[in-house]
Order: sequence, then C-alpha cells, then structure tokens
Amino acid sequence: MNKDELIAKLKVIIKPYTSNIEAYENLSENTDFISDLNINSANLVDIVLDIEETFDILIDTTDMQRMLDVKTAVAIIQSKLDAK
Amino acid sequence: MNLNDIITQLPYSKPFLFVDELLHVDENSISGTYTFDENLDFYKGHFKDNPVTPGVILTETMAQIGLVCMGIHLLNNNLEKDTVIAFTSADMQFLKPVYPKEKVTVSSQKIYFRFGKLKCDVVMKNETGQEVCKGILAGMITTRL
Repeated sequence: MNKDELIAKLKVIIKPYTSNIEAYENLSENTDFISDLNINSANLVDIVLDIEETFDILIDTTDMQRMLDVKTAVAIIQSKLDAK
Repeated sequence: MNLNDIITQLPYSKPFLFVDELLHVDENSISGTYTFDENLDFYKGHFKDNPVTPGVILTETMAQIGLVCMGIHLLNNNLEKDTVIAFTSADMQFLKPVYPKEKVTVSSQKIYFRFGKLKCDVVMKNETGQEVCKGILAGMITTRL
C-alpha cells in the first residue's frame, strides 16, 4: 500500500470524529489531529482502535502517544504493515 | 477485595454521590445500587410540583457506578492524587421515569479499556426489574501532565 492509499484509508476512519469540515477536506500529511481537526484524546483512542481493525495491526501505548498528526500516524501504520 | 474500598475512593460527595452499594465487580463487569433521596435539590424544580429524576442525573448515576467504580477497580483500586477522570461521551436511551425514593440497579459491561479510555455498555433497572435507561458511556482515566 503506498502513502496516498494509506492516507485515503485514514481519512475514511477519521471522518466521524472531526467537526472541522474545512480542515478535514484539506487533510494532508501535516494535519494535526488535535489542533487542526479538533479531535480530543477520547476520540483519538477510537481512531487508533479503528486503525488497528482496518489495517489488522496492534498499536502500543508508545505509538499511541506519538500518533498526534497524519504524518506520524502514516509512518507508524506503514512500519507495522512492513513488519507483518 | 472489598467493594466498599472502591466507594471510599470515589471523588464525589453528597449531594453528588450517586452510589450506595456495589454488588459485584470483576475485570469485565460491575453492578451497584442507588436510592434517589427525595430531598435532592433538583426535585424542587424538575418538575414544578412533579418530581422526576432528570435524565442527566440518571446518566451521572450510570457513569459513577458503570465507569468510575469500574475504572477504579481496573486501576487495582488505586486512584492516585494525580489521576484525572473525565466523562467523554454518552449515547443514552431513557425508557421509563424514575421518581424520588426509587432504588435503581446499574449493571455495566466493559466494551474496552485501552489507552486510558474506558467504554461500557450500561443498563439501569428499577426495583421491579424493568429497564429504565441504557446507553454506551465512555470516559478517560489519565494522569495529570
């Protein structure tokens, strides 16, 4: 899976959890979940659980704490997929 | 483990403590009871001359038993001073009215507890065993930064 495909899948996961439509429509690698998309820590947990299910990977607490923007999320998902 | 240990750790007091007794707790579920004190202040205004327990108070009761008591158990009965709890979502259905002096039993089933977020499927029943409300509730239990 290339990076664009990965971001596209991630975008589908994020949709129910954001209220900032404009930031969502313009989502890029540099989008920050909390400051750009107004996602709180409780919803971030649900996003990570959805990521685990969608990509069939396991995210640990250290990864979770780093997963605050699209770029880092994509890097973590990619490394987990590569390790499979 | 003593169920009363959990209640003594709750960060609430009257008039906002809505747990009388815990009946059971394990890693995946908890149940407890509360009897609504007829002297609670909100009954004077909800509604005028017709006291009915507000849905937000039913929700709070379900959260205190189903999320907070359960969370304290999952943290090995140890709610530290720097632990922060926050109620983060509730998807509720209110099925029957609950009047002053009614005793309710709350049962909660853990859906997940991960990354500090506890999400549970919670049901409240009245003394005749009828469901009065139910919902999916979630909260965060984290350490203050």
